[in-house]
Amino acid sequence: MLDHDANSTISKSTGLPRKRFYRARAHSNPLSDSHFPIPICPSEVDYSLHYPQLFPSNDQLHRSKKIEFADIGCGFGGLLISLSTLFPETLMIGMELRDKVTEYVKERILALRVANPGQYQNVSVVRTNSMKYIPNYFEKAQLSKMFFLFPDPHFKEKNHRRRVISPHLLDEYAYTLRVGGIIYTITDVEELGEWMKSCLENHPLFEALTAEELEVDPAVKLLSSATEEGQKVARNEGQTFQAVYRRISAAP
Amino acid sequence: MEETPVEEGDTNKDVEIAPALIAVHPAEKSVAVAVGSDLRVFDLVGNCPVSLIDESGGSYHKDSIRTICYGSNGQLFVSAGDDKTVKIWSTESWRCIYNVGSEKRVSAAAISPNGMHVCFADKFGVIWVVDLDGGVDGNQPLVNKKAVSLLSHYCSIITSLEFSLDGRFLVSADRDFKIRVTTFPTKPVNEAHEIQSFCLGHTDFVSCIAFISKLECPHGFLISGSGDSTVRLWDILSGSLLATCEVGDKVELLESKEREGCHSAVTSICTITDGALVAVAIQSLHGIILLNCDLSNHTLSVVKVVSTSEETFIPTSLSSSFSTRYLWMVTGVSGLHNLGHASLARVKVISGFNKDNPNFTENELSILEDDAIPGGEKLLEKLQGGVTFDEKVFLAAAEAVKTAMSNLLTKKQYSTEKRDFRKRTRNDRKLKQG
Repeated sequence: MLDHDANSTISKSTGLPRKRFYRARAHSNPLSDSHFPIPICPSEVDYSLHYPQLFPSNDQLHRSKKIEFADIGCGFGGLLISLSTLFPETLMIGMELRDKVTEYVKERILALRVANPGQYQNVSVVRTNSMKYIPNYFEKAQLSKMFFLFPDPHFKEKNHRRRVISPHLLDEYAYTLRVGGIIYTITDVEELGEWMKSCLENHPLFEALTAEELEVDPAVKLLSSATEEGQKVARNEGQTFQAVYRRISAAP
Repeated sequence: MEETPVEEGDTNKDVEIAPALIAVHPAEKSVAVAVGSDLRVFDLVGNCPVSLIDESGGSYHKDSIRTICYGSNGQLFVSAGDDKTVKIWSTESWRCIYNVGSEKRVSAAAISPNGMHVCFADKFGVIWVVDLDGGVDGNQPLVNKKAVSLLSHYCSIITSLEFSLDGRFLVSADRDFKIRVTTFPTKPVNEAHEIQSFCLGHTDFVSCIAFISKLECPHGFLISGSGDSTVRLWDILSGSLLATCEVGDKVELLESKEREGCHSAVTSICTITDGALVAVAIQSLHGIILLNCDLSNHTLSVVKVVSTSEETFIPTSLSSSFSTRYLWMVTGVSGLHNLGHASLARVKVISGFNKDNPNFTENELSILEDDAIPGGEKLLEKLQGGVTFDEKVFLAAAEAVKTAMSNLLTKKQYSTEKRDFRKRTRNDRKLKQG
């Protein structure tokens, strides 16, 4: 199909934003100072901006529900879009550090809302550094699912502290996840897969899901199929390594 | 990246400037002042200066000390800072009994209430714990110890570290506006994983935290001071904000000259008489602000501004003991080479606090003359390194401390043009164009 207006960032045929206009670097430094606005505390997150149809006003005191799923490093938003229709009653948010990519996901969600009235109202995206600001967005035990799909592998040992799954950051994820909440990780890098698994395995507040539990969890199936990264791996017939763990309460 | 080295060069120089610190023994047996790499202790019981004994090799600390504190039982004292060394001293013998190496510069330290652990934080946001093997003998030979990492604030400078009064929680404050309350693990200490709460509400870096005791609340109430010119009161179990007191307004009222757009950061807080009163030091205020803290009604209100007669005395650090009669203040700085002084310190004491008198009125407060300070001139000679000063130098010192603090803790804001320029000159782009 021919695009008449080559400069339009929105595809005429689908109404969706075109990815070529949102190309960004593959990596972003999570250690650098951030210059985007950050909510002072979770009650300051403006739900009316993220979910305008569900929250016509930003009434912080009478929120009927709160965000329950977080996709950390959501990339181009493939997982969120799939989750949105799979869990239509659940509020979910993607967090992405690269501003152009966040912009793309924002446009994508807006376009999907227009094309499918009534749908995709429960999904949104925010540009932020989740490694630094998770507690500013979510209260203790607010989340029921957290997703870490194909994170930056940071091979050098010197850069391991930039990895989004690390023993110390898991403390913060354990804080935001409710007991019984689930953390999903997947990667196509074997070394990183082992790292994430061992971090979770050694953390006293997480336990692995059993094979049966993995089998019946609808979100597990999306890990390798729903995201752009996952599809790329599948196209190249690459291997993926996943680790799915449940938040448990601390030993007395 | 081309233009930033210039700016960073400036910044690094300023960051070397360290404010003077003061700490008083919980039973007022001794008082310590740190200026630059120099640690000075005066024995208030024996009324004599203390010579520290450090067998690790003569020079004690080799770079600016950034944190000093006594343990709440008074047996231990910790000093640490830019030389990446944590020294744990016995307050009986004033020997350095443990030497702990750190990978990064140390920004804060705390001793657990039972005296079994010392925690310290580095400038990359990692908090470490040293296990003191069940107790301390003041005359034991020096031991080199290793610290174990306990938790981390992701890549943020930790500004202050305190144990809750019952030792159950470790509270850490950072330059990213956050206060984290972590359950301190009971034996064996490996890692602290369970976060009790985050105290969120400050809109600028958190500079200092302290605990207030209350009988029916064993862990205590937390108060914090910040670059946003407020002091806040928190419930650490829930992380909820109980009260906020704008102290910046007070400074503006006091300062006749107009200081537009200038936030007065809170630099030090100190609880007095078990927390009914809180003393607050603020940038550019010559004196302190006394707050009354009503824990039943959850209010923080200004009682009085105690200003010093010398307009140049802007305290950089405050301390008081449990048996509070005195509030100890210090102002000073190290690393101010252009003024011809390697280090400067001036100690003052406010007296008149009366813990036992419920009808205590703040009118009884007075700033002691030099000869009326416990220890008198001998103490000042030791802690200040002299008794006479050119007062004007302290104004420059206060200004330098202020700049250094804001360079260290405030995020640099670049204009849009500057940011675009930096993006344009990014290395990966340049390669493509070339």
